[in-house]
This record gives sequence, structure tokens and C-alpha cells, in this order.
Amino acid sequence: MNIIWDNWPTILTVLVVFGALQALGGGLVYVERKICAFMQNRVGPNRVGPMGLLQILADGLKFILKEEFIPKYADRVVFIIAPTIGFIAAMLSFAVVPFGPTGDPTKIEYASEYQFVIAKNVDIGILFIFAISSLTVYGIILGGWASNNKYSMLGGLRSSAQIISYEIPLGLSILGVTILSGSLNLERVLWHQSADIGSWHIWTQPLAFFLFMVSAFAECNRLPFDLPETEQELVGGYHTEYNGMKLAFFFLGEYTHMVTTSFLMVILFFGGWHFPGIAERDSLGVLKLMAFIVKVFVFIIFYMLIRWTIPRFRFDQLMSLAWKVFIPMALLNLVAVMIVKEFDMPLWLLTLVSIAIIVGAGFITSKPPMRIVKTAA
Amino acid sequence: MPIAETDVRWVKAPTLGLLDRLYIPAIMQGLGTTIKHVFQPKVTQQFPEVRPDLPANYRGLHRLNRDADGRVKCVACFMCSTACPARCIDIVAAPAPPEWKDREKYPEMFVIDELRCIYCGMCEQACPCDAIELTSLFDLTGLSREEMMFDKEKLLSVFDETVKMGKDPIRTQAGVLSCASEPSI
Repeated sequence: MNIIWDNWPTILTVLVVFGALQALGGGLVYVERKICAFMQNRVGPNRVGPMGLLQILADGLKFILKEEFIPKYADRVVFIIAPTIGFIAAMLSFAVVPFGPTGDPTKIEYASEYQFVIAKNVDIGILFIFAISSLTVYGIILGGWASNNKYSMLGGLRSSAQIISYEIPLGLSILGVTILSGSLNLERVLWHQSADIGSWHIWTQPLAFFLFMVSAFAECNRLPFDLPETEQELVGGYHTEYNGMKLAFFFLGEYTHMVTTSFLMVILFFGGWHFPGIAERDSLGVLKLMAFIVKVFVFIIFYMLIRWTIPRFRFDQLMSLAWKVFIPMALLNLVAVMIVKEFDMPLWLLTLVSIAIIVGAGFITSKPPMRIVKTAA
Repeated sequence: MPIAETDVRWVKAPTLGLLDRLYIPAIMQGLGTTIKHVFQPKVTQQFPEVRPDLPANYRGLHRLNRDADGRVKCVACFMCSTACPARCIDIVAAPAPPEWKDREKYPEMFVIDELRCIYCGMCEQACPCDAIELTSLFDLTGLSREEMMFDKEKLLSVFDETVKMGKDPIRTQAGVLSCASEPSI
């Protein structure tokens, strides 16, 4: 009993975050449908409640009340476990993500004060997120395999290849950030950038941000990388055979993953709660929280904008993008950060290096124009 | 005869510049397009609240026209039911009442099966006296098959309704009998 009583702020935070993430999952489905509609000059859901806002509840109710159907030849145990794994892994990876104002993690009183993070001062924060969030692929593969359906199986296989490939540029791209801020601890990375706008990592690591963002898209199975669930070729991919609450778990996992990666992008590259003039180190916590949430929502909206802008990649293009383009680029970026840090060179060099790598990649990938060979008649 | 070498125009694939190869400007352009669409006016019609403004030549529910005296315009010539590819028009003709000087016959019964009708508009084209017309009413519903057999009274009431709505079909000469019947003196 004492354990619960002593840790009530943490338990309360866990409950609030858990509830908020699920509500956000439902809310994001609504936002996504609205934005999708706006981009196609439509109105979107507007029948249930004011501006269709109760659509969230209606969707949730539909998922809960639907018949739980399991195909006859499916592996029942794995079939039920798979979405749960995906959901739990997505939720668990949020545990070390700071979602509001946090103090200076180097000070001693940091541990005793309340911080807006479930597990504070975890020194392997980024590592923990990668370790847990890559477990979501189990949910997808097991779901595809247990369905006993060729389309589901293919979706699961594609997903495994895709997620394992994109883990590498995802991890490599933020190594530079961790070297620059000297820690894997997310609160420290955030604090390191909160001095002024010039210390945001986006200025010194634009290439890393770009790689991280695209890899995160691929990790979340979002368009243009939604090969595991391509409707045109695989019916529904790994969740073809799923319905009701189990399908909702897959979706909740996907949207939670989206939220987590948006938070990560803001924390790693855009200074977390810091915003010049509005949310400095000594400003009110509310302002910091607002700045943080607004930044995260900008990224979530960007996810959705990209979804309706870029067509889907072909599978070989997807693979060669990861292995032939992103991994070498990320490695070069990492080497550049190491050199700059080792010889105490000015940090603006890194910006130049990032641009140079992107332009260089453009030169290398260029193919010579198609030759037309005229043969003698 | 083979195509002469002079007639052949060789087209080279356009070479991609550095910016094209980076794909980033193209993606930015695409994002611009999608964002532009967010702020454009919506094309959705809120159907049950906002009724669509259908053109006058829309082929919806039939009506039987009345002449200037409010009598049924039809002269029971069977042209429409002959032309009908779906065979959905059923007419029983009877001698016209003696006070109707301008015609010999009139339909005692005129039934259209709206479920069999394919709304092709051939009845309207076949009619020599513009008595049958397709209106722009499109949302007819019923709870039984019998209800969807529209008889003479029902079709005449459709005429009254559409005249009141001011949505006459484009070919109408409502109220005036046309060439096929003798002008009433």
C-alpha cells in the first residue's frame, strides 16, 4: 500500500498518459479523415455531433460492439496475442518520452521534483525506445502469420523486411545528436537544446533530421511506406483477417507510434518545450507544455499531409532507399560529427556537411540520360 | 512500305537536373498542391438538406400532362407503351366523353411500373402530343411493389406538383395540346 501511496504522482501520470494516448488515437483518426477530406475538396465526417466530433465515439463503439470473428484455420492463441503485442510495445515506448516541461536533469533536485515524464532520468532513454518500439514488428509478423492467409502473410513479411531495414538509418541518424548533446537520456538532450534557438539540433543536423523523419515514416507503416497493408495488392495486408477490437489495437498501436515519433522529432531536433521568447528555461510550465504540444501537432499534421502527397514506393525502391541511400548518408553524417567533436571544430561546419552530403547523393544517384543507339539498316 | 528515315522523329528522354534528382523540390511542390486544396471551396453537396439543382432535361419520375382545361392530355394512342423497351406502361383506352370535341379516345387507365422503368425517355420521345414527360424528381421510394405502380391520378398529381415547384421539363408545352389532336374551337 505504501508503494502506491508514495508514488501517486507517477501512477497518476501513467494513468493520464495511457488514457490520453488512447483518446489521441481516436482523435487522430478523426483528424486524419478530416484532413484527407479537405485535400480532396470534400467536407469529411460531419454527421455525428457538431462538426462530426462524436465520430470518434461512434468509431470506438463500433469497434467494441462488433462480432469478434476468428477464422477457422487461424492460430487462435497467436492471432489474439499479436495485436496486443503491437499495442503494448507502442504504449510502453512512451514511458521515457518527456511530454511536458522538465527541469535540468544534471541537478540533484531533479529526481525529487515532479517532471512531465513517466520514468524520469532513464540514461538509456533513446535505446529503450528503439528496443521496445521495434517489438511492434512482432505484432505485425505474428498477426500476418497467424491469420493463415496468403495476403496477411505477405504483408507481415514485407513489414519485417521494411522495419528491420529502416531501424538502421533510424538509429544511425540520431547518433550524431547523442554525440553532440553527450547523452542518450532524452531529458538531457532536451535540456541541452533549451538554452536558445541556436542550440536546437536541427541547425547542425538537418540531414539527420531528414533521415530520422523518413525512417520514422517507414517505421510507422505510413504512406508512402505502407507496403505491409497496400490495399490494391494485399487486400489489407497483415490485418486482413482482423476485425473489432483486435483491429482497433493495431490502429491504436500505429497511431501511438506516430505520436511517439513526433515527440521524438521535437525532442531530438526542435528543442522540446523550448520556444524563443515564449517558453524559455524560466517561463511558466503551462507555456512550455503548450509549445511542446503545438510542435508535436505540427509534425502529426505533417505526417498526414505527406500521406496524401507522395505516392507509394515500390518494394525494391523502398529497400534500395534504405540500404543504398540512407545508411551511407547516415554513416557519413556520423563520421562528420565525430571529426568535428574530436578536433573541436565550429559546429556550423556540420550544417555545410549535411548539405554537401545531400547534394553529393544527388550527383551520385544521377543516371546518364538514356542513349538512343541507331543501328545501320 | 517502311517508314522513311526522314519521317522518324527521335525523342530524347529529358535529362534530370541536380534539383530534380534530389526530389526535395518536387516533394515541396507536391505539398504545396495538397495544402492549396485544403483551403479551396468544398465540392460536397449536403444531400438531404441541400437538394441538387438538376437540369431540366434530367430523366426522373414520369408525369402525365394536363391541357389548358385541366384534362389529361393523353389521347391513348399507345405509342409510348409500344416504344417502351422495358414494357412498363399499361394503358386501357376508352372512347372520349362526347363533350371532349378534340379527340376520339382517352386513357381510362394509365399505369407505369416505376420499378420496371429504366428511365430511358423513349416514351417521351414517342408521344405525339407531349402528354408524358420525365421530370427531375429522382428520389421516389415506396414500401411495396404495388405502391410503385403509378396510376393515372398519381401521374397527374406529379404534374401538378412539378408545375407548383416551377421545375418543368425542358420540352414541355404544358397546357396546350399539340399537333396530334384537333384544336378545340
